[in-house]
Amino acid sequence: MTSNRIIDVVESDGVDLSRRRFLSVSAAVGGGLLIGFTTGPSIGTADAAQNVASPPFTPNAFVRIGADGQIVLTMPYVEMGQGTYTSIPMLIAEELEVSLSQVRVEHAPPDEKLYANPLLGVQATGNSNAVRGAWQPLRQAGATARTMLVSAAAKRWNVDPASCRALSGVVIHAPTGRKLKYGDLAADAARMPVPANVALKRPEDFKLIGTPAKRLDTPSKVNGTAIYGIDARPPGVKIATLAQSPVFGGRVKSVDDAKAKAVKGVRQIVRLDDAVAVVADHMGAAKKGLAALVIEWDDGPHANLDTRQIVAELEKATLKSGAVAQNIGDADKALAGAATKVEAIYQVPFLAHATMEPMNCTVHVRKDGCEIWVGNQALARVQATAAKTTGLALDKVVVHNHLIGGGFGRRLEIDGVTRAVQIAMQVEGPVKVVWTREEDIQHDMYRPCFFDRLSAGLDGNGMPVAWNNRFAGSSIIARWLPPGFNNGLDPDTTEGAIDLVYALPNVHVEYVRVEPPDIPTAFWRSVGPSHNVFVTESFIDELAVAAKQDPVAYRRALLDKSPRAKAVLELAAEKAGWGRPLPERVGRGVSVQFVFATYLAQVAEVEVAKNGAVRVRRVVCAVDCGTVVNPDTVRAQIQSAVIFGITAALHGEITLKGGRVEQSNFHDYQMLRMSETPAIEVYIVNSSEPPGGMGEAGTSAITPAVTNAIHAATGMRVRKLPVANQAKQV
Amino acid sequence: MAVNINVNGVPRSVDVDDDTPVLWVLRDVLGMTGTKFGCGLALCGACTIHLDGKPARSCVTPIAAAAGKRITTIEAIGATAAGKKIQQAWIELDVPQCGYCQSGQIMAAAALLTAKPKPSDADIDAAMSGNVCRCGTYVRIREGIKRAAQGVTSGKKGA
Repeated sequence: MTSNRIIDVVESDGVDLSRRRFLSVSAAVGGGLLIGFTTGPSIGTADAAQNVASPPFTPNAFVRIGADGQIVLTMPYVEMGQGTYTSIPMLIAEELEVSLSQVRVEHAPPDEKLYANPLLGVQATGNSNAVRGAWQPLRQAGATARTMLVSAAAKRWNVDPASCRALSGVVIHAPTGRKLKYGDLAADAARMPVPANVALKRPEDFKLIGTPAKRLDTPSKVNGTAIYGIDARPPGVKIATLAQSPVFGGRVKSVDDAKAKAVKGVRQIVRLDDAVAVVADHMGAAKKGLAALVIEWDDGPHANLDTRQIVAELEKATLKSGAVAQNIGDADKALAGAATKVEAIYQVPFLAHATMEPMNCTVHVRKDGCEIWVGNQALARVQATAAKTTGLALDKVVVHNHLIGGGFGRRLEIDGVTRAVQIAMQVEGPVKVVWTREEDIQHDMYRPCFFDRLSAGLDGNGMPVAWNNRFAGSSIIARWLPPGFNNGLDPDTTEGAIDLVYALPNVHVEYVRVEPPDIPTAFWRSVGPSHNVFVTESFIDELAVAAKQDPVAYRRALLDKSPRAKAVLELAAEKAGWGRPLPERVGRGVSVQFVFATYLAQVAEVEVAKNGAVRVRRVVCAVDCGTVVNPDTVRAQIQSAVIFGITAALHGEITLKGGRVEQSNFHDYQMLRMSETPAIEVYIVNSSEPPGGMGEAGTSAITPAVTNAIHAATGMRVRKLPVANQAKQV
Repeated sequence: MAVNINVNGVPRSVDVDDDTPVLWVLRDVLGMTGTKFGCGLALCGACTIHLDGKPARSCVTPIAAAAGKRITTIEAIGATAAGKKIQQAWIELDVPQCGYCQSGQIMAAAALLTAKPKPSDADIDAAMSGNVCRCGTYVRIREGIKRAAQGVTSGKKGA
């Protein structure tokens, strides 16, 4: 049933939808209304033509019902694997009283007014907040549409709307059994007043929310028909690949392209200030041409930059005071009077995203317009940078968004779009710019490295009376969303370092913003918490060890005021068999956190071989993410986030030497493999609280669970990531 | 010079250098975008195809090496017994997330099932560890292969 739905959408993206999208964008910019949609959906049937005469019912920017009964849901959030194209339609469909098999899903065009993420203020998918942001407005969108359809039916039958109900795309007049399909009501419903207030369904009446729905995008992802940005093929498209200055901030000094031009299939060499691109008939020729180029670079001011210098700067910064992120009581005084003092320094490295779909963007620049095919998490920014780079008006830029072959924060950025537009401006006709894996890794925008200095004081019973944490590193929000950076602080960089789940009487947390020279930093799955939860959950483990107490019992004693955190901790510990004997050199580690509005605890079981090889054998996760929309997606996201986190914890590190990123491909920027994958168990706590985020929470929690387990197995405390070969010493 | 190849049972002739990787012939010359580019060095498996039924990394396979052999891609793997079972299991378990690596995963898994209709965990590790999934769908890939194996009685029809 659902097998062609997503295919329809993505395949039509490149061709016939483009014109309609263009109209809708223009209209939205002008008047804030999607009048472009009145030209009807491109379903490719005779009915579609009739829709021009009979406008579809579009009560809001998310729902469109044609006279043919086709229900189209416009998705303001992008699909990058996290299941949004199933969970968000579930919210609308629940209130609209239709099944998922009755709806078709479309990408929203760029439009900040209509499609801004209510929790970010911009049209973007990130921060694990699609379901959180959509929870009220998109259920409301469905309920509004349903109410108007019911009103239209009641009016036609001349009955009380209260005597009618909606079910499976049909309005039913209960007393007489009369029925009208949504499609037959669409034209009338469009003329009904939009109700100011609509009642949302009670949770006990939910039919879809909370049930494990099959993903709408799966069928197209098993037979090669799913279309990602890299698969866009506008007629006549040429393929380009590029070399950017290997040193950040460097420039092209000279290019000898004689040999490259002689390569069969190479059409053009494009030279920019800091990059060179080879345009060809196919990527094979483009890569061969690129290899044949002789480029001399002016490395600029960072020719000798080394990661160690960057870390040294961060270390120095933590010796000075920073912006106070949180203060409770008087931590210094409490520390001075503490029975025991514990100090530690933690470090985390730069990380690359390494999305499986390498960076790419297809652009066609004409005199009077620009068309873009890409998969991006922040569509309006794609449109804006193309307009700015070309000098065209915003409404002359058409953006076709696509399925995303891995986001993880990388595609919240538009650097790749800007670059592709710069190249396309010199090319006649459409050009697809594809980054090689090496360019993708060496010109990523990295998860920042951080340096953290902590101290704590314990009372005579070993319980913490003082907690000090000062850390230094880059603020992504300061660049990405400047209004979010205030008084030296932003909510992302500090998440997981402040508002700990534990009841601590005296807390002092400071952040010092230090930006690495010209090295771009960006969001990376679980962002602030990916750094902070590792640090805080490792340090609390150190305190438990110093107090000679069991790590679970120690944490639980501090969780009386956080019952949801306590519950997930107890559940994870119980399911993991915490305390049961393990073989030699195998240990269990635990972590508990409240980030992305979700409570989550993990227990990792880790084996450290005599040669230092670390293997995560089993992970048990207990999660309370409030109301669950699609439980199977929650499980999938935790499985995914755990593997993403283990990958970084064990292997992930980007380093610079001579100003150049040293890693280049999957041999030296390693991914976890099938043979290294642990058993992963997920336990979901039943809850009627509002939904929490699920895309990222599992990533931040796993790292300290793993390193705490290494400590349990060997006595070695990992304070610097990645683990890599550190366990060789024990 | 034109190279004659056979893709999913259809004879094709392409005018590219002999050393052009099969991946780019499929994607850019023939417009078959189901086979994906991941690394270019046979490190991730996203580009996996079958050559005469055996898995091959198309990003490092020169087109000349495919001449005279049967190329099978994700677009046609559903026509094989093993491929069909794998695709069905993938749908039943909702294996893909972003889905970008899944063409390669499915091609590798179909080749495994064809060679070993009842693979052990060690067989799965050996056959699948060359395929990277950044979304970490490995748990479900393993389940999917096992589920598909229950429905595969013979591997002889593969690719």
